[in-house]
This record gives sequence, structure tokens and C-alpha cells, in this order.
Amino acid sequence: MKLQARPFFDAAGIPNDLAPIAVEPSPMLPGDWRSLRPVVDRGKCVKCAVCWLYCPVQCVIEKARWFDFDLATCKGCGICAAECPQRAIAMVEEAA
Amino acid sequence: MSALAEARQVPRTVVCDGNEAAAWGVVLARPDMVAVYPITPQTSLVEALSQFAADGVLDAEVVEAEGEHSVLSVLQGACLAGARTYTATSGPGLAFMFEPYVRTPGLRLPMVMSIVTRDTLSPQCVWGGHQDAMSVRDVGWIQLYCESVQEILDTVIMAFRIAEHREVLLPVNVCHDGNYLSFGVCRVDLPAQAPVDEFLGKPDTNWHIALDPDRPMGVDPLTGGAGGPGPALFARYRKGQCRGMQNALRVICETHQEFGQRFGRRHAPLIEEYRMEDADYAIVTIGSMTGAAKDAVDEARAHGERAGLIKVKTYRPFPLQAMTQALAHVDAVGVVDRSVSFGWNSGPLYQDVLCALGTLARRIPALSFIGGLAGADMTTQHFARVLETTRQALVGAQPLAPVWMNETDR
Repeated sequence: MKLQARPFFDAAGIPNDLAPIAVEPSPMLPGDWRSLRPVVDRGKCVKCAVCWLYCPVQCVIEKARWFDFDLATCKGCGICAAECPQRAIAMVEEAA
Repeated sequence: MSALAEARQVPRTVVCDGNEAAAWGVVLARPDMVAVYPITPQTSLVEALSQFAADGVLDAEVVEAEGEHSVLSVLQGACLAGARTYTATSGPGLAFMFEPYVRTPGLRLPMVMSIVTRDTLSPQCVWGGHQDAMSVRDVGWIQLYCESVQEILDTVIMAFRIAEHREVLLPVNVCHDGNYLSFGVCRVDLPAQAPVDEFLGKPDTNWHIALDPDRPMGVDPLTGGAGGPGPALFARYRKGQCRGMQNALRVICETHQEFGQRFGRRHAPLIEEYRMEDADYAIVTIGSMTGAAKDAVDEARAHGERAGLIKVKTYRPFPLQAMTQALAHVDAVGVVDRSVSFGWNSGPLYQDVLCALGTLARRIPALSFIGGLAGADMTTQHFARVLETTRQALVGAQPLAPVWMNETDR
């Protein structure tokens, strides 16, 4: 867990049957429920950065010769694959 | 002396209609934010609020939103930020507000909203009837129905205290009849500001759920579906809501009692029993029709009839125990609704009274009367008919279908 700028709110004094609130962050990341995974064809990637611009969760990572993905935060939406002008990104089904 | 200082310090008497009386109640309750969208017959209420804000009498931010859905959404945010909030609506406005309306009690947001009651469309109608408020009777808001213009002002003030009570924490609808109360002009006594401030205390709306950078929390997260702890969590919150509703019965009584002690005006908190001491039969009423009904009971009494009346002020939560006790000694009851329960071919209040009767050991005849729809006047003559029909049920002549009161009015 990352360090927080301020401690989370202690709700111990509030009855637990009043209003639905959450005071503990969920450890789940989008990668935990992804069904399709982007895979880059390094030979086709020209580093135009269109995927980097379009990614809604900013999971695109710049490598020396191509762009890749942080699979912990990638939710598998496929926008990068749809927008890639080189058709360099394939969406591959995650293993069950 | 400025208008603001005058309104805040001087107990005085005004002559105004029910909508303006509600607006004066809002002024005295000192909300931080009021959001409104005009709709008949509530329009003059929001005009009064806007005028009061423009004159500096009402020290609240008045948001004129683009529709009722936004009105209540704006107030949800304000309430979560700690504001005391108020709005008012009618009929189609309430319908448009429905999505945030159903969320409000689940979030336990102690808002106050007047419903200036109006019959629902269609047939096209801008006149009074309880159909709008009755249609949302089981969404989770507390519903209080007023009989007089003075009671509107007093109930708006009390509603804030009931809503914000920490054992209730539910939104309150103060319902007053379109036309007969909204535009009926009466003498109204205004309490002074200082004792109202003392009575209500500071706004206390977001200690349990908040949009507050100093207390970061997720508001209204998804509880989760079957196969995990979600449904149990959901049931716990629902049960808590029901407990808040049941607590409200006690808090409504305490609040009315303390209001009476402080301000000298006593209103029946749950139900009012009128000439019920030795009554053989009773009629049950709700809202402004009660005045004419009481006159009709007096006339029947003058002719030697042992008639009585039970007026419902708190409709949600339903005061089951009080109603059962009131009905314990009568031998027939007639329930007069200003709205229709389409699923039961009767009035909705009639259904509630049947449930109360179901807890009694004996069975008595119970009749449903539907009257005052679309602003129809319910006169003492109408109530004389209600009383006579109910009296006849004592000896066995009981109509099997609801009696439609204004069917032959011309």
C-alpha cells in the first residue's frame, strides 16, 4: 500500500448500521479483474504514443524501443488496440 | 431595524397563506442551503423563499436548479458537507425527483422537504389531492400531514429537529394540501428567532456520512452481491433504516411536546382523537379536510349521535399502536382518503387502518371513502354522509366497494 498524505478516517465512533460509508481502501487494482490483456508486437510499434494518449488509466509505459503496459492497473478495455494506427496491439484473453 | 433583524427578533403575527407560512418556518429554521424548482401549487412557496433571500430575511444560499432531479442532488451534496437543507415540490416535480428521492433516506440525510400535495397526472390536474405524497409513502421518508396553516409553520420547524435527531437521521416530508392550505390565508403566529435557535440547535447533518477532506471516506460504496458479505451488509443498513423509522415515533412525540412547552402551541404528534371518549363509531381523516369533518362530528353529536374522529398527522412511520388504541372501543370505522390505492380499490390510508384493525381481537366493519380528488371541496355535508354511512354499518349495511364522495357534485 502506498503512503497516504493523511491517515484514513477512523469511523469507530459511528454505528455500523447507519449510512453506507467506506473508510478502508480496497487493495484490488483493475488488473485483478481484467479479462483481456494488451500484447504489443514490438516489430510493429513505432512509438507514436497514440496508446499512451488514449489510455484511460495511464498504464502505458515507455520502453527504449516500444510502449508497454503496467498490467497491475490495465483494466483491459482495449482502447489502445482500437486506436493503434500500426495495429501493433492485440487483446489476448487472460487465462481462466 | 433591518428586515433581517426584525424577522429574527420580534415574535409577531402575520396574515399569510400556507405556502408563505412554510417559507416563514424555513426562515426561522435557518437552513444553509435551499434548492428549488417551481411547480404548481408549490410555486408561491419558492417565490416567497426567493423574496426572503433577496430581502436578506433568509440567510441561506438559494439554488435555482434546472429541475427537481438536480434540486435534490444539489441538496444531497450540501447535506453531506454539513448543511441544513430544505426544498419543496408537488406532483410531477416529485415524480421527476424520484431517483435522488429514493437515495436520500438510505444515505440517512436529514433533509426537510415540503410536499404541497397535488393529484398526479393523468387526467390533467393542477389541483389538490394527496396522490403525489401517497405514491411515495413507502420510500423511507417520514411523512407528516398538516391540518392548518399555523400547523405548517410549526411543523416545518419541528421537522428539522426530528430529521436531525441522532436516533432518527431520516428525511422528513411536511405535507400540506394544495389549494386548501397552500393558498388558504389565515392569521399565523411567528415565534421569535432566539427560542427557535435554541429549540433546533446547530445543524447536525453529517457526523455519520460526509464529504469532508478532514474525514476522508467513501460515500455510498457498492455493498456487493450474493456469494460474499454484501447482502448481509445491505440487510444491516436496511434494518437500521427501519429502526430509525420506529425511533421517529417517539422522537416526533417528544418534539411536539417540547414545541408545545416552549411556544404554547400544541399539535397532536401522531394522531389526534376528537370526541372519541364514548364514540360508537369513528371516521379517520388526514390533512385539511379534518376541519369540516370535525364540524360534521359536532353536528352529529348535537343530534345525539356518538360519533368520533381520528386525524392522522404522522402517516410514515405509521402510528400502529396509537391507531389500534384509538379504535379499540368503536364498533365501526370509516376512513376518508384524498387519494387512491389502485392495487386495492380503496384509499391507501384505509389499508393502514385495516392493518391496525387486524391486531385487534374482534372484527368491526371498516369502510373506505375517497373524496377531495382534484381539489374537490370536502364540506360538512360530505362528512355528514360519511358519518351516516359509517353509522349504518353498525347495523350491517356496509358498502363492499369504496364510496366515491364527489362523484355527483356539480
